[in-house]
Amino acid sequence: AARVGSQLGPAGGQGQLGWARSSALLPARAGGSEETGAERGPWSVPGMEKWSLMTITVLLALTVRWAVSLGSYSGAGKPPMYGDYEAQRHWQEITYNLPIRQWYFNTSDNNLLYWGLDYPPLTAYHSFVCAYIAKLINPDWVALHTSRGYESQPHKLFMRTTVSLGLALWAVLCLSHDWDLLGSVAFCLALNYKQMELYHSLPFFCYLLGKCFKKGLKGKGLVLLAKLAGTVLVSFAACWLPFGTDVEQIMQDKVANIWCSLSVLIKIKNVISPRTQLKLSFAVTFLSLLPACIKLTVQPSLRGFKFALVSCALSFFLFSFQVHEKSILLVSVLLPLLLKDELLLPYAVTTPAFLAVCLASFSILEKTSAEDLQLKAFSLSLKGYVSWFKSFPRIVRSLFLLSLSLMAVLSVLSAAVPPPQHLPDLFPVAVAVVSCLHFLLFLVYFNVVILWDSKNRGQKKIKYLEEEG
Amino acid sequence: MAAGGRGWFRALALGVSFLKCLLIPAYYSTDFEVHRNWLAITHSLPLSQWYYEATSEWTLDYPPFFAWFEYALSHIAKYFDPQMLVVENLNYASRATVFFQRLSVILTDTLFIYAVHECCRCINGKRAAKDILEKPTFILAVLLLWNFGLLIVDHIHFQYNGFLFGLMLLSVARLCQKRYLEGALLFAVLLHFKHIYIYVAPAYGIYLLRSYCFTANNADGSLKWRSFSFLHVTLLGLIVCLVSALSLGPFLVLGQLPQVISRLFPFKRGLCHAYWAPNFWALYNAVDKALTVLGLKCNFLDSTKIPKASMTGGLVQEFQHTVLPSVTPLATLICTFIAILPSVFCLWFKPQGPRGFLQCLVLCALSSFMFGWHVHEKAILLAILPLSLLSIQRAKDAGIYLILATTGHFSLFPLLFTPPELPIKILLMLLFTVYSFSALKSLFRREKPLLNWIETIYLIQLVPLEIFCEIIFPLTPWKRHFPFVPLLLTSVYCALGITYAWLKLYISVLTERTSVRQKADA
Repeated sequence: AARVGSQLGPAGGQGQLGWARSSALLPARAGGSEETGAERGPWSVPGMEKWSLMTITVLLALTVRWAVSLGSYSGAGKPPMYGDYEAQRHWQEITYNLPIRQWYFNTSDNNLLYWGLDYPPLTAYHSFVCAYIAKLINPDWVALHTSRGYESQPHKLFMRTTVSLGLALWAVLCLSHDWDLLGSVAFCLALNYKQMELYHSLPFFCYLLGKCFKKGLKGKGLVLLAKLAGTVLVSFAACWLPFGTDVEQIMQDKVANIWCSLSVLIKIKNVISPRTQLKLSFAVTFLSLLPACIKLTVQPSLRGFKFALVSCALSFFLFSFQVHEKSILLVSVLLPLLLKDELLLPYAVTTPAFLAVCLASFSILEKTSAEDLQLKAFSLSLKGYVSWFKSFPRIVRSLFLLSLSLMAVLSVLSAAVPPPQHLPDLFPVAVAVVSCLHFLLFLVYFNVVILWDSKNRGQKKIKYLEEEG
Repeated sequence: MAAGGRGWFRALALGVSFLKCLLIPAYYSTDFEVHRNWLAITHSLPLSQWYYEATSEWTLDYPPFFAWFEYALSHIAKYFDPQMLVVENLNYASRATVFFQRLSVILTDTLFIYAVHECCRCINGKRAAKDILEKPTFILAVLLLWNFGLLIVDHIHFQYNGFLFGLMLLSVARLCQKRYLEGALLFAVLLHFKHIYIYVAPAYGIYLLRSYCFTANNADGSLKWRSFSFLHVTLLGLIVCLVSALSLGPFLVLGQLPQVISRLFPFKRGLCHAYWAPNFWALYNAVDKALTVLGLKCNFLDSTKIPKASMTGGLVQEFQHTVLPSVTPLATLICTFIAILPSVFCLWFKPQGPRGFLQCLVLCALSSFMFGWHVHEKAILLAILPLSLLSIQRAKDAGIYLILATTGHFSLFPLLFTPPELPIKILLMLLFTVYSFSALKSLFRREKPLLNWIETIYLIQLVPLEIFCEIIFPLTPWKRHFPFVPLLLTSVYCALGITYAWLKLYISVLTERTSVRQKADA
């Protein structure tokens, strides 16, 4: 590079400021010497300040999100039911115009069959606040009955903003670290926002319970337990108070709806009766959760907690009754959903971009040894039995590349090739099968990591991580 | 980010390309229809009809190479949607058409990426910065690849500036690497793609003459007349003639040259675009309007004598100023010429190699922007992009760059007026501005601050201006009677900033030269 730089000087002559030399003659250089990283004085700020890097990252994330939103949204221009966008708008209409007691009940003004409110109260309060702002900007957006299917450009802009704010709320809630009380309040709020959070409730419960046990049930542990119970009760009360005595009825209705209303079920297996299906799925889910939760209660650690969150959510997703794709929020699984909503372009751009960023920053293809994957303890205990464990890194790498290529092939096929006549659902089913295999594998992996997380390996490390929060 | 070799360049290029793909469904302006029309004209009609066709109002007004470029594209277009190639299909915009045109812009930007890569190679990387984010080449790559103006003009508003600027930057890089003939060839080709680059032709001409045709200087740096090389001049002349022959030759043979010239330089259009480009004439118009209002109030002027045609009425036609003298195309040409002269003289009498050439180039572009006839606000990019190359070298240039880039980019806001694009343009603008400020500040952290307090206040005032124009004003009752007020305010406010940056750059270039002369004499 230096040699190329020196070519840029003018044709001959001394005392001329060439391109190369002018940059070296900046007046502030101390004694004209080259600066190295080690020679920085006490007054200098290392590199670009942290705040500007953070700002740029956040701005970039927001820009990408808004650019993605330039595309269509689910149910755009599709009467009579439209889609989730219309559902959100409808909830704003309901919460703003009707008194609180009527939000969850079927009345003449509130037809529960047209996107009835089926999320807990915090979502309703959030919709209410948004509706208030919407009313200030343009009352037509939330007028009772007449605003159904309202789609206009400024309104689209407004709705996108409210979604972002909702997510910001989530982000703020999730930021609590080792503050147990604040964390439990936050979790209760989250639970009251979307009941899908129930997936995460068991690890929370077990982790906090385990912490209480560790502190000893006689002294500090009991105090902590009491405080936690108190905060949970208070949070729930605060959310449900406006509903007064109707709470019982609401809960009954909703739970009844989820489990027993046959007419709304999409996937029905005609072999076993629904009640047996229910019991079976409940049993399997519970069994798959059990090992991780027991381990967490007996040996509460932050690392174990995080792993347990993932494995419990996976168990619920895999085995529970009537699950919606959105509860997994993994991009590849959303493919059929996105194709239905004509969101192919954002998918085709963000998935490779996200993968590229992950691959680059996590150096996935390099860290494939047993040590890196935290399976050292597991591999040690298996050493005697299985001899192919030696080529572990290569197996992992090839598995990873295989799964990536499989997903890429399925994506391209789903988007470009029409399915054969006698198998119209070929591609969504294929995606579902592939994803299911992946998730089962991950479930096994995470459970293995949790269970073999031995005391020797991690005593110091766990303590350090816990202190670090 | 892994600080390995050129991995970061690829990441930057790939990242911005992904972002461009996401912008495919965004709003596009009438320029989209313009290019679709040109695809249709060049595909469906014979060469002799290209510059005569007038079914659509958007007639072909770029030089022949661009027409050939559209012709080449049309052969790929027919696989996407053959209907777009029918001349009568005015305003045809099927999804395949939009996808194809947007994709063509994204793919032709590869030339721009390559040119940026070459420019980064030319920069002297003497500052061995440990952190990748501090390297001047990294900063330059981001400032060019992620340039806000280029992104929104090319990938939202829709134009093909990417590869054209790629050609320009590539020719600059070649001249910096002393590959003069290649640089000259690239610029000649560029001129025949889009003739707006004639703004910077004087810089090229003088620099090539001075540094290539005269091969040596005297000891004190002045010209050695005897080192004139006929060979070099002949080669240059040959290149220019060859390129012009390739481009205009067919039309010369057909006797259509006057028609082509009249299409390329339509002086029937007014002094200013419907939205005044923030140049000297915007200030001139504003003063004229203010004096008119003042004159009416104080009864110096007769209200019946004032012409009704409004300058911001959205029509592009001839109009008269009321108080100040009217401006003719010849007047603007003379003003531009006078404005360019000092920088050209500097380049001739005291060439400082590629840096001097770049300074002259930026000044020519800016001066033409300031005084040109019917200048588009997008032309400010002609000055901003080359100035990026200078900004990472010296703190003074960095300060001027920050003012010019921020103001110039802000003046592009009225191009995107639709609600869905509002968050995008604000976020992208913030992204670019925050990055340019923090990166250049950290690069020159050992010197005094890049901007003084007046400049900082001026730039900060852009925020309330934007809030007023986009949010407050539409909710007031004035919107119906004076719809042009936000445009007027933006234009005039940015004109102040751009004029200031132009003057500051001029002064710094002129005073730098004299100090060099003093040093050399001493």
